[in-house]
Amino acid sequence: MQLTLWTYEGPPHVGAMRVAAAMRGLHYVLHAPQGDTYADLLFTMIERRDMRPPVTYTTFQARDLGADTAELFKSAAREAYERFSPQAMIVGASCTAELLQDDPGGLAKALDLPCPVIPLELPAYQKKENWGASETFYRLVRGLAGARRDRPSRARKSCNILGPTALGFRCRDDVREIEKLLATLGVDVNVVAPLGASPKDLTRLGDADFNVLLYPEIGLAAAQWLERAHGQPFTRSIPIGVGATRDFVVEVARMAEIDPATALETNDSRLPWYSRSVDSTYLTGKRVFIFGDATHAIAAARIAQDELGFEVVGLGTYAREFARDVREAAARYGVEALVTDDYLDVEAKVAELQPELVLGTQMERHIAKRLGLPCAVISAPVHVQDFPARYSPHMGFEGANVIFDSWVHPLMMGLEEHLLTMFRDDAEFHDGAAPSHLGEEQEPRRPSSAAVVSDIVLAWADDAEKELKKIPFFVRGKARRNTEKFAAERGLATITVETLYDAKAHFAR
Amino acid sequence: MNALAPLSGLANGACDAAPVIQERGQREVFCGLTGIVWLHRKIQDAFFLVVGSRTCAHLIQSAAGVMIFAEPRFATAILEDRDLAGVADIDDELDAVVDRLLARRPEIKLLFLVGSCPSEVIKIDLSRAAARQSRQHAPRVRILSYSGSGIETTFTQGEDACLAALVPTLPPEAEGAPHSLLVVGALADIVEDQFARLFDVLGVAPVRFLPMRRAADLPPVGPSTSFLLAQPFLADTAHALQERGARWIEAPFPLGAEGVTLWLRAAAKAFGVSEARFDAVTSPARARAEQALAHYRDALAGKRVFLFPDSQLEPALARFLAREMAMRIVEIGTPYLHRRHMAAELYLLPKDAPIVEGQHVEKQLDRCRAARPDLVVCGLGLANPLEAEGFATKWSIELLFSPIQGYDQAGDLAELFARPLNRRARLEV
Repeated sequence: MQLTLWTYEGPPHVGAMRVAAAMRGLHYVLHAPQGDTYADLLFTMIERRDMRPPVTYTTFQARDLGADTAELFKSAAREAYERFSPQAMIVGASCTAELLQDDPGGLAKALDLPCPVIPLELPAYQKKENWGASETFYRLVRGLAGARRDRPSRARKSCNILGPTALGFRCRDDVREIEKLLATLGVDVNVVAPLGASPKDLTRLGDADFNVLLYPEIGLAAAQWLERAHGQPFTRSIPIGVGATRDFVVEVARMAEIDPATALETNDSRLPWYSRSVDSTYLTGKRVFIFGDATHAIAAARIAQDELGFEVVGLGTYAREFARDVREAAARYGVEALVTDDYLDVEAKVAELQPELVLGTQMERHIAKRLGLPCAVISAPVHVQDFPARYSPHMGFEGANVIFDSWVHPLMMGLEEHLLTMFRDDAEFHDGAAPSHLGEEQEPRRPSSAAVVSDIVLAWADDAEKELKKIPFFVRGKARRNTEKFAAERGLATITVETLYDAKAHFAR
Repeated sequence: MNALAPLSGLANGACDAAPVIQERGQREVFCGLTGIVWLHRKIQDAFFLVVGSRTCAHLIQSAAGVMIFAEPRFATAILEDRDLAGVADIDDELDAVVDRLLARRPEIKLLFLVGSCPSEVIKIDLSRAAARQSRQHAPRVRILSYSGSGIETTFTQGEDACLAALVPTLPPEAEGAPHSLLVVGALADIVEDQFARLFDVLGVAPVRFLPMRRAADLPPVGPSTSFLLAQPFLADTAHALQERGARWIEAPFPLGAEGVTLWLRAAAKAFGVSEARFDAVTSPARARAEQALAHYRDALAGKRVFLFPDSQLEPALARFLAREMAMRIVEIGTPYLHRRHMAAELYLLPKDAPIVEGQHVEKQLDRCRAARPDLVVCGLGLANPLEAEGFATKWSIELLFSPIQGYDQAGDLAELFARPLNRRARLEV
């Protein structure tokens, strides 16, 4: 039994819904009690979808439990076929129906519907949303892609794009950006799946020469199967950030047996220049905490360190299935990976590290808001804000531009920071005035002058407290914390002006 | 404006409303766990612990719509494979979770263990667990249980189950206690305060509310208690109160100027307040409500409205829209119709307004599309798809989350229905 306040991921059948809702011509019949239909609003509200997800729920109630829930499932499946005439159906159970053991797969098979019916076994008491999406996509690909065949000989190589779903982080625009990049390279896109694909499209997956795997959390199992069964290699680099996009271009070019030079030269990312321009000097060494799904978190860490000159002070994921990858990445930055799906652990870690920027999910956005820290969202779970009206990919060269803007804007701009130092004694710049772009309620938290660090009560001498007030307010909190940490480590009970400057020298970077 | 309909004869349940059509099929409704979203805010030192699955946790998080910044006063003890397989002892596991929770949140005075679909199906006895844990944590925390499962409760029935669980714990009224009024059903604090002031001026006293704002302020109940239902979905709670000897005051629900007047008048009558005094006290507020409603009547009059089933408020809302805003009712969906509690509403409803109890969402959507109503009242799962088909929609969940009862909210209630039409009239894109 796990005590949970907020969850990063829904149950696995919601993952299956993300695949079903992304596709056309597929229908999902879900054995589930009334109330489970809440999941529809994730799609209609968060993603502003203009149609209901293609899901029929049996919505059984207590009175049905005494009767025949299996019969209820059969009539729901039959009616769904008649009403929607899908090209294929997926059938399964939500957590409660799993306990009834009605076997939706077997029941649907007995109905002998005139379309392929793919049963899903999604153990709701072990697995979560991303796994459910991955398993669903894998079962669909396996069930529909058919046997290996000779690929038509073509002048241009062709690939599938695997992994984007409904309710994914920026999937809609990432796909467009990557299609554009592949076109520049001279590679054709055979099928994009699940997003926008029909079951018939999945039968054509085997025609491609290789696969572009954009979201391993969802597409890896399918890509691995296609590699085994259809001899299609798949890309490992995830094109998030300038460096990773270049790696991706080189990898695709190798698979397509073409020259990547043109695509690499025509890259239109402004990130490299923006990052080298003098205003960005102030970004140097900003301490950043990163948390999200594995793919986005690992990519964000590379961009943060290599492309923006930040310092990665924390890296973590809620995706236990990909914990190893995140641990390996974290080791490269000299930090220990935080692998947890308990947002209180994440909050405690952020509070402990006091980063200058948080890159995370909507959960970390709330954590950062509470702690008065700047934040940008980099990963699902998503919110209505993560479906902007404008074109806003995170992948490819344009994605790097978007990332530069969305990570840097929450921070104080370089010139702004310089001016604040100059004018810090003016009336407008007082302790209570948080950076205007963070909003009024974002008053920085100031601990009281007696602090408890490692069970030692630290007292600030009056002159030290006065000296501390001369430090610009937007770095004062950090100065205070560093000094207290420094004093605590040395067992000093009173912090003097000397201690303050000793600490400053100690933590100088 | 309509004259007030006489309510005499209602005590017999007499009504000649349109027949009620029963429908079965896929229900596009929330389960009773959703009530936690407003109940935890109402009872400010209560905590709601759902014993369920990841789906339950995800539902409450999604229904709340936004994540709440602070650590919320609700959580889910998520059942895992080892709990189901009997590897872990569920009682021990649950006790450990509760101990951890209460250690972390010392301000909690009342803890509800809330049953879910999976906990019902595997038959976890939460009432026994609550009794055991209550003994352990007394007197600091009381622990009660109820079921918010989707197999037993639809949306607002979760509040009914919660309040019904509270009733046996209410203290008995003192010997020879005076006639008292209990207002039952969660109302926004501001609405509660308005009603308390009106009852006070009317001379109806003492007046108490259930649910209470603080766990310790349990209202006493007994044979000298009369109760008014502020919400239409409280079948089990009303029954439990009657078991304790309390008497139900039949009335329509306090929505709209007419509804509020009839509701207050029923109580005033039960407490021997004269007609003259009642009119003198309520007429200024009533005039204010009429004035506010008049702003929206042009926008709504003659418009056709279709209500999907959601909260059981639908018949009362339809009565308000038909009688006070002159709207035409295409269909009144309701997940469940308590004929006894709804008798006063059914009596007032236009006789040609079909009531559909239960749901087959696909067939209902077909009827809605065929009828082309001017406004559809529906849940969040249906709203954007219907908007995309060209229908104006009003999210029904807002009718639970916003203060809509009482004279001074009558205008706000009308505005909720007028806004989607107003918005469509403004947009030129």
